[in-house]
Amino acid sequence: MSMRKTGATGALTRRSVLRGAVALGGLALCLRDSGRLVLASEAPQYGADAFPGGVVDNPLVFLSIHPDDTVTITVHRPEMGQGIRTSLALVVADELEADWQRVQVTQAPADETRYGSQDTDGSRSMRHFFEPMRRVGAAARMMVEGAAAAHWGVSVSEVVAERQQVLHRGSGRRLSYGQLAEQAMRQPIPEPRQLRLKDPAQFRYIGKSSARAIDGTDIVSGRALYGIDARLDGMLYAVVARPAVSGGKLVRYDARAALAVPGVVQVVEIPSHPPPAQSYPLGGVAVLARNTWAAIKGREALKLQWDDGPNRSYDSRQFETVLEQAVRNPGKVVRNLGDAPSVLERSGNRIEAEYYLPFLAHASMEPPAATARIVDGHCEVWAPTQAPQLTRDVVTELVGMKESDVTVHVTLLGGAFGRKSMPDFAAEAAVLSKAMRGRPVRVFWTREDDIQHDYYQAAALQHLEAVLGPDGMPLAWLHRSASPTENATFTAGAEGLDLTEYGMGMINVPFRIPNIRLEIPNVPAYTRIGWFRSVYNITHGFAIQSFLDELAHAAGRDPREYQLALIGPPRRIDPRSIGDQWNYGESPTLYPLDTGRLRAVIERATREAGWGGARPKGHGLGLAATYSFMSYAAAVIEVQIGKNGEIAIPRVNLAFDCGPQINPDRIRAQLEGACIMGLTLAKYGEITFKDGRVQQSNFSDLPLMRISEAPREIRLHLQTASFDVPPGGVGEPGLPPIAPALCNAIFAATGRRIRRLPIGATLSGQA
Amino acid sequence: MRSELSVNGESVPVDVTPDTPLLWVLRDELGLTGTKFGCGMGLCGACTVHVEGQPVRTCVTPLSAVLGKAITTVEGVGRNRVGHAVQEAWLALGVPQCGYCQAGQIMSAVALLRQSPHPSDDDIDGAMAGNLCRCGTYLRIRAAIHRAAQQLRRSP
Repeated sequence: MSMRKTGATGALTRRSVLRGAVALGGLALCLRDSGRLVLASEAPQYGADAFPGGVVDNPLVFLSIHPDDTVTITVHRPEMGQGIRTSLALVVADELEADWQRVQVTQAPADETRYGSQDTDGSRSMRHFFEPMRRVGAAARMMVEGAAAAHWGVSVSEVVAERQQVLHRGSGRRLSYGQLAEQAMRQPIPEPRQLRLKDPAQFRYIGKSSARAIDGTDIVSGRALYGIDARLDGMLYAVVARPAVSGGKLVRYDARAALAVPGVVQVVEIPSHPPPAQSYPLGGVAVLARNTWAAIKGREALKLQWDDGPNRSYDSRQFETVLEQAVRNPGKVVRNLGDAPSVLERSGNRIEAEYYLPFLAHASMEPPAATARIVDGHCEVWAPTQAPQLTRDVVTELVGMKESDVTVHVTLLGGAFGRKSMPDFAAEAAVLSKAMRGRPVRVFWTREDDIQHDYYQAAALQHLEAVLGPDGMPLAWLHRSASPTENATFTAGAEGLDLTEYGMGMINVPFRIPNIRLEIPNVPAYTRIGWFRSVYNITHGFAIQSFLDELAHAAGRDPREYQLALIGPPRRIDPRSIGDQWNYGESPTLYPLDTGRLRAVIERATREAGWGGARPKGHGLGLAATYSFMSYAAAVIEVQIGKNGEIAIPRVNLAFDCGPQINPDRIRAQLEGACIMGLTLAKYGEITFKDGRVQQSNFSDLPLMRISEAPREIRLHLQTASFDVPPGGVGEPGLPPIAPALCNAIFAATGRRIRRLPIGATLSGQA
Repeated sequence: MRSELSVNGESVPVDVTPDTPLLWVLRDELGLTGTKFGCGMGLCGACTVHVEGQPVRTCVTPLSAVLGKAITTVEGVGRNRVGHAVQEAWLALGVPQCGYCQAGQIMSAVALLRQSPHPSDDDIDGAMAGNLCRCGTYLRIRAAIHRAAQQLRRSP
């Protein structure tokens, strides 16, 4: 769930190359939303402006007021459980002075020219669209007021909008929004400098948790429509046999037995795309049938012969030795302060540790699924996609049509966590519909398909070294991060994490250490690497926060006090001053690394958890704190280790600072979810490869945490912030501190240090 | 093969092979898409419905096993008192995130409350352990089941 690379990061995606910038006579020009061409050097570099599509804040694009006094708000960001259809809509409704009970939400189709950036990852939806959606609502409110003033023939200064009515102060006359609907939508759109945003003290919905969830009733009654639910007349149901090994190809197949299965209608080959995989279909053989079950049985009856290709012998155990060699030798230096290597060399008292994280699968409860049809030269796709425009681009290319002839409807996403940023599955549906002369086709992935053909969170080995001074604080710090880069999915042969990857929690740590050296060794990728919620922040958070705990114990100091001392006094660090030229694509002045806020979440979480108090035997508290996606998180996890090594987690205290809270209840929900997901990956998350094949297949061998193992208590402590503070991310930043806090708690309880995930169901289960 | 199913109080004809799992009959043949696929092996509970009031994983239940039996899905469960109370508690506490697994969660919760109107946390964990949620809504599920139980006691 990370960010597609943009111009600001140096790595352009195909899409931004196509649509974002054109080179004319050596002069780079950017096409802005307005259609105006500007010099690239003048183009906005930060936030949503740096993304293809940028920001659109035209009220006529995002809302309409109807004569029946309802308001329809268009949400352009996909909903995957983060609550964005509710949260963005309530921002518009609040500024509009709409009555939430009369608000309906529609989901925008893929169209970044019309709606602005829709690529929903990197915890950016509210960070980038809080202010634009405020402007949308405020502009529309002013248009309604203008319509009322014109109707009454009074000055607009004499009227005020409140709760879906406009009041004329002098006479007490009122008109409903419904009565003003038509005139209001014809009023001129206020110029940006004329816009009057609300005083935050006047917010009705923003910052409160009272607003009804837009999709709640549909969800609990089974009416909500996900990608797997789209149904069209005459639709065929398809499952696809894909190459088991990344880079593999079909040699030949025999469909006769499959076609004999009752209900099977057709068997269609999907061409594989030459590497790199990008977000194209993997290729293979599709079985199309009149229901899903017949398609599944038909696929079982296919006779298939594959060429497994260059990754046929890939083995993730052996790959660990590649990672070991990589981290035990110097890599590309990405930050250097002082002379850490010689301090480390000279010291007889060097502390070293290595931390291993395996490949992870997303395993959203809704597997990939999508539906497509082509009618009269127009292709429509229904897809649970985090990346609507990329989906449209890939479909457009593969069906060989014009972009204007391709519509991508964004359904609800039954979980996504970064997997559904890749539209390979949606493209399969379009390709199959085209092969069936436009007949509607729904592609469905079984759980095995999902787990074995994911874009995986990359396995990683982290090597850390430090030398402690007489006061126990580090004099030197060396960190090497060896992991396949996601870039390898788009650029064949790409190796070594890039700025946007080591910029996730490796380089942007504020520790006061005189000698620091951060290095990136090159390692190859042998499978499709993707983004998993909080991405390399998981990797780096686990290693750094575990290592700090080790250093504190080596120094004989309390881990909380040790970390606070290492962070030092409250100050605002310009990320560029610590080598972070990326800063999640945000302005370094608007979003400095604020150590005061980091300290505050550590202090809050530890205080609330009763840090330092006595614990019963077998209990332990562990602390970890991370800064990611412009938000600060500190977790204190309490474990209770049973006689046979059972790991019970009675309580989690998580303090969190994302700046202003737009929808506090959904922030809490995201943090609760991040806790469970973090604990799940710490205990169970592991994808392994043998002979190029993923060895796991379903929840039997890739367990997820169940309710019976979930903490009895997750106590969340949200730091309050004014609306003047720029908002931070919410969806991802709760996750990175969870695994290291758990491992540090296990150390506190047992003296046993976990340097390799997953832990397993019990401590004794770990090799 | 033509047969009749009783779903949410209605008798409906279906024409598929008898080994077809009830999940795909409901979703593909009857258009009742509220019941979800999660694993196909009875491991995750996303496909849970009630057959004669008992929670059943439809992904591993063939059509032939439920002919003539009363099937209730999430689309119909709100018509009864316990089902409605559970749905209301789910909304009041904002349980769903993505919502995909919640039909199965609700069906399991309703079955639990019918059998055990005053469940403890341990009872809930026991009854709900077969239902996975990747978004991690477990703590709200526990709280919502307690809330529904309270509501049902208050207005019997």
